[in-house]
This record gives sequence, C-alpha cells and structure tokens, in this order.
Amino acid sequence: MVEIGHFALVLAFALSLVQSVVPLFGARTGNERLMAVGGPVTVTGFALTALSFMALTTAYMQSDFSVANVWENSHSLKPMLYKFTGTWGNHEGSMLLWVLILTFFGALVAAFGANLPATLRANVLAVQGWIGAAFFLFILTTSNPFARLVPAPIEGRDLNPILQDIGLAVHPPLLYLGYVGFSVCFSFAVAALIEGKIDATWARWVRPWTLAAWVFLTGGIAMGSYWAYYELGWGGFWFWDPVENASFMPWLAGTALLHSAIVMEKRSALKIWTLLLAILTFSLSLLGTFLVRSGVLTSVHAFATDPSRGVFILCILMLFIGGSLALFALRAGSLTAGGMFQPISREGALVLNNLFLTTATATVLIGTLYPLVLEALTGDKISVGAPFFNLTFGALIVPLLLLVPFGPLLAWKRGDIYAAAQRLMMAFGGALIAMLVTVLFIDGATVFAALGIGIAFWLVLGALTDLVLKSGFGKVSGRIALSRLAGLPRSVFGTALAHLGIGLTVLGIVGVVSFEAERILTMKPGETTEIAGRIVRFEGLRPFQGPNFTEDRGRFVLVDAAGKDGAALISSKRFYPARRMPTTEAGIRTMGFSQLYVSLGDELPEGAVVVHMWWKPLVTLIWLGGLVMMLGGAVSLTDRRLRVGAPSRKPTRIADKPKPAAS
Amino acid sequence: MTRKQKRLSVIAVGAAFLIGATALTFYALGQKASYFFMPADLQAATLQPGQRIRLGGLVENGSIVRGQGTQVSFAVTDQENTVKVTYTGILPDLFREGQGVITEGSFGSDGVFVADSVLAKHDENYMPKEVADSLKAKGVWEDGSGKAN
Repeated sequence: MVEIGHFALVLAFALSLVQSVVPLFGARTGNERLMAVGGPVTVTGFALTALSFMALTTAYMQSDFSVANVWENSHSLKPMLYKFTGTWGNHEGSMLLWVLILTFFGALVAAFGANLPATLRANVLAVQGWIGAAFFLFILTTSNPFARLVPAPIEGRDLNPILQDIGLAVHPPLLYLGYVGFSVCFSFAVAALIEGKIDATWARWVRPWTLAAWVFLTGGIAMGSYWAYYELGWGGFWFWDPVENASFMPWLAGTALLHSAIVMEKRSALKIWTLLLAILTFSLSLLGTFLVRSGVLTSVHAFATDPSRGVFILCILMLFIGGSLALFALRAGSLTAGGMFQPISREGALVLNNLFLTTATATVLIGTLYPLVLEALTGDKISVGAPFFNLTFGALIVPLLLLVPFGPLLAWKRGDIYAAAQRLMMAFGGALIAMLVTVLFIDGATVFAALGIGIAFWLVLGALTDLVLKSGFGKVSGRIALSRLAGLPRSVFGTALAHLGIGLTVLGIVGVVSFEAERILTMKPGETTEIAGRIVRFEGLRPFQGPNFTEDRGRFVLVDAAGKDGAALISSKRFYPARRMPTTEAGIRTMGFSQLYVSLGDELPEGAVVVHMWWKPLVTLIWLGGLVMMLGGAVSLTDRRLRVGAPSRKPTRIADKPKPAAS
Repeated sequence: MTRKQKRLSVIAVGAAFLIGATALTFYALGQKASYFFMPADLQAATLQPGQRIRLGGLVENGSIVRGQGTQVSFAVTDQENTVKVTYTGILPDLFREGQGVITEGSFGSDGVFVADSVLAKHDENYMPKEVADSLKAKGVWEDGSGKAN
C-alpha cells in the first residue's frame, strides 16, 4: 500500500507536467482537443493524489513503523483520532495535504468550469498544473513521506503532544483550504494575463473561489487562535508570532481582493488592481508556506529543519511570485481601463478599504520579514512583537473599522456621504451609549476600552442598520418589511453578517484586553481565592492514567455567595513518556461569553501547586465573530448570482422593490 | 474630473498612505523592536535604562531558586558570562536546568534581569533557534546534545 501511494504520487507529478503544458499549448494554437485534455488530467491527478494520501493515512492508522514518517510521528498507543490526524502533523504529511487540496481545487475548476470559455479554462488548469508540478517535485525530492525503514522499529516516537488534540483535525485542513484556495484566483489572474483579456465576467467567475477560500482561511485562523489559546496554557489568543502573521497576511490581502472583485464585477473598474491583488494574495500564501515549512522560524509549526527544503521552497516562491509579477508588468498595460466613479461612492469606499487593507498587510509583512532580513544582513537578532504590530496595524485598522458601516450605504458611482451619515445616526447613538455605559458603570474602564467598545457597537449596529434600511423597516409596515428582508439578495446578508462578525471579534478583543483579571498564586488543597468577584476553591491534585500519557488533574470548584459549590473545572499537567515531554492542559469554564481559565504550574511541597488563573470577559466573542464572518461568506456564496457554475446571464432583478443603495 | 485627474488623485492618496504607513512602521521598528543578546554580548552592549531586550542562553545548573509564592529566579549563561534573572509566574513546561531558554524583559537598577516572559523550546528536538545559533558559534552546544535529559 505504501509503495502504491508513492507510485501514485509520482504518477500525479507526471500528470501535473502534462496538465502544465498540453492545455496551454492547445489554448495558444486554438486546438480544442489539446485544451480538452486539461479536465480529465486534472481530475485524474486529484484521484491519484487522494490515493497517495490514503496510503499514508492507512500507514498511520495501522501504525506501520516501517515507514520512517510514521515511526517519527506516531505511536501505537495513540488514540485512533490522533493516528488519523497525525498524518498531517508533520512536515511531509502536511505537504501532501497541501497538494491534495491543490489538486482538489483544480479538479473542482475542471468539474464546475464547463461554462468558462475553453481557452480560459485550459489556461487556468495549466497554471494550476505548474503549481502542482512544483510542489509534487518538492515532496518527491526533499520530503518523501513514504521512505521505508529497514529493519522496522517496534514502536514509534509519538506525535508532538501539543498536536495531540482535536485542533489538529480542524485547523490545518481549514487553513490549507484557504491558502490553497487562493491558488485558483491566482491561476485565473495569470490565465487572464496570458490571454491579455479581462472583463467583468472574469470577476464573476473568480469571486466564488475568493469567497470560498476566504471563508476557509477565516475558519483556519480562528480555529488556530482558539487552539493556541487553550492548548499552550498561556491564555493568549494572538501573539503576532511570525507563523500567525504568515496566515494573517493572505487573509488581509484576500479580504481586499474580495472587495475589489465586487467593484470589478459590478462596475468593471479596478480590473488591473484586482488582478494584482489576486496574484499578491496567493504569493502571500506561498510566502506563508515558505516561512512555516522552511524552518527559518522556530515554532510549533516547524516540525523539522532541513536547509535543502528551505532553498527549494524559496525557489518555488521566487519563480511564481517573480514570474507572475513580471507577466503582470508586461501585460497589465494592454488591459483596458474600466468605468468611472466619484470619490464618494461605493467604489470609492471599496478603494479606501483596499488601501487600508493592503497597507496593513504591508506593515505586517515588514514586521514579519524585517528580523529575518536584518539577521541575514547584519547578524543582529531582533524580535518584532506585539508592541510593534499593535502600534502600526492598530493605527491602520481602527480608521478602517470606523469607515466600515458607511460602505454598504453608499450608492454606486456617486454616493451621498451626508445621507449615509444621517442613516447611521441610530448606530452612532447606540455606540455612544455603549461608550458612556462603559465609562460610567464598569470599574476600571479606560478611555481605550470605552473607544473599543464604541467601535464594536458601531460595527454591529451599522451592519444591522444596513439590513433595516434595505428592507424598509419603519417606512413600511412590519409585515412588508419582513417580506422585503427575506427577498434581499443573499450577498446583502453576507455583507451584513461579515461586518457584524468583525464587530463581535472587536468586542471580544476589547473585553479581554481591557477587563481581564489575572492571578498567579500558590494554592494548597482546600484553599480558596477570589478572581473578578468569583470565589474558586482548589480541591487538590489527583493522578490519572491516559492512553499514552499520565497526568495530574487539579480540580477547582466555583463557590457561590451562599457558600455552595457550583461549577467545577479540571486543569492538568500531562506527561507523555514516549517523548518525555510535559504539557499543560488548561482548565476552561465558559460562562456566558466569558471564560474562567486555569493553568497549573509546578508542584510544591504539601500538595500545593502554582496556579495561573484568568477571568477572560467576552473572550469567546473573538472566535464567535470569526464564525459569523464565515457564515457571512457562506451565505454570500449561496447568492444565485455567484453560485459556482451558474450561467453567466444577468441576474433577474426584482424591479418593484426599492432598495436604497442596493446592489 | 477627467480620468487622468482621477487617476492622479488616487495615486496621490495612495502615495500619502504609503508614506504615512512607512514612517509609522520605521518609527515603530525603532521604538518597539527588542534586540536579542547572549549574556556575553552584554558586556559590550550599551543599554538604555529600562530598555526591553531578549536574553537567551542556557539555564545554569543548580541556579533555580523559588522565592516567595510564585517568584522564581535563575541564571542564564553562555559559559562566558552569567546573568541573574527573576520572573513571576509559571515557567514553561519545557523549562529545565541546562536547557536553552529565551527571556524577555529589562534590567533592574540592581543589575538583575527582570523577565516578564520566559520561552523554552517547543519540544525535545531543538533549542530556540537564536540560542542554538549563538551557542553553536561559541562551540558550547551541538545539535542533538539537548536530547540527553
């Protein structure tokens, strides 16, 4: 089975070479039969990659330690779920997952792209083939997951305990679906440049892919953030770690792309810019892959470092980014410019959005790469952390957040900023009240906290205002308004939900950053402590034997005002003998949107233990906001206009429903 | 406005953005980035009082002292020079004597390094990269020697 997997991978590589050349040549010469080769080859390539992936998964599930990769990263006592997810909990396996998803997207384009012009489809598949070929070659030459060990060891070395978590089942696949999903946008952009032809329909074909990739990437980042939050035991949700930035940059650029593609589709403007963004977004995804996989950064993601891998990915990076940008420079001038618009208009607002988002991306990029460049040039080692990013990124993102509610209320071509401001009076008033309440009634509220809460409410209420106005609540009877609301295009709901999601995330961040309470203390069994008005009693440590670990479980009980025991939580320290590695399993109790977070430190004499305890108000909103954003993207994706493979005819407009500034 | 004027105004706004952001970025890099030092580097370095730095090295054997409650002190060494560090809080899971560590904080007036964060390596296979590079350069540590614990 293992050799079949290896063989399938080699075949998939060979097919990707065919896919890279034949359809492209067909499109050049106008040979339809050659162009038609692209589809079946792409689908077969996906099937072979899937077979290869299944072979590796099977080796993991069966604990076949004759495979070096399985021996290094698995253990026979590991629970079945982690045997399965451990397939991609290592460098080789995760690269295989990467190409699996890449070929999956290629196959989707082949399957659902029947309505694309034949040459565009052929070119898109060919560009996908180039990316695939580069990464297949990378895996086969530097990161072969199927290498055998003779003789086969009896027991494996186990997976890094930090990765033995349900998070590994969700975070990497989602993140890769996002990263690699943007490859489709990239391929469409490069194909358009090869053809030298681009129009509004191009944007209509690209938008669903952008949206889908964005939804997955949002989920991947949110999940990664929550995983780090509960697994590492530090209680932080975002560290501005270079590896986090590596996923955040494509997200920012992808968000910009999502918005500029709207302008391109609706108004046929910003074509060249949208193309450039599509190229940059995937380039940042590649950069992320390089940063994480090459071992230039030290993190939990850098499974193993091997200089040849770094150089190889760097070559891929330069080839694709340099090549596509060179092509862009050559061809962009020949593309026709699009429609005109006034600065104050929906287009203008979206341009401003793009300016902010791309500049913010650039600051994150500089902050992430500067230490690497500086070390390479001067040997000085510096660390650029949260203080840098909070200042630069914060300065750029706050004005953008303030402007978000205006965008959907402005009309295309020429908008009326005063009318939009008037319509937002309610939202503004609500935000103001929220700020006043924060300052007056919450102890220890700073100006920063009040402003943050104000911004969060402004975003949430602004998003709701858009829906209320577009359905005419207050102007017509409630029943008609409701039916109008139901009849609004899905994309309007999508926008409102996504913007509302940002508001929730901001609220969560401000809540935690401003009102968090923290205690570090030693506790003996039976002792109580107070945190944010809650009494917590430590019951003591108890040993527990897990399948492939031992742990000391500390039990904590919340005591109410009457002295009665309430909810309990378990926080533990684990020890994984296979890797001789301890981990901290934080105890978390969710109450409303807030959480009590308890992390154990060293054991001291007399059963006492060092305890790190946090009260994290509204913290879950950070990730719930992400989920709402994903939901918004998904709802938008079901808009019939954008449905993948939907015919490109004009959408049927419902003429008798006045929609102020509607799309 | 004509198309040309419009394009120019867009470019002007974009350029203003970029200049502003660049200025902010370099200001922030100058102010907010913290440099990495090994204990031996400190003798030559001139630090402002209270300047945040990252200090890396090996945790000296036998140097960990638990103070009152959650206060811990230990010494970070690169075999040439040793710096005393105090920290309040929970040490990372993989913090051990003789192992690589990075601490972040600033020097107090008494010459003791007050750390507000302590990072140890993520698994038993490697040291923090900065520490490993510097120690290798000094010949104090080699790949693989960190496994013996």
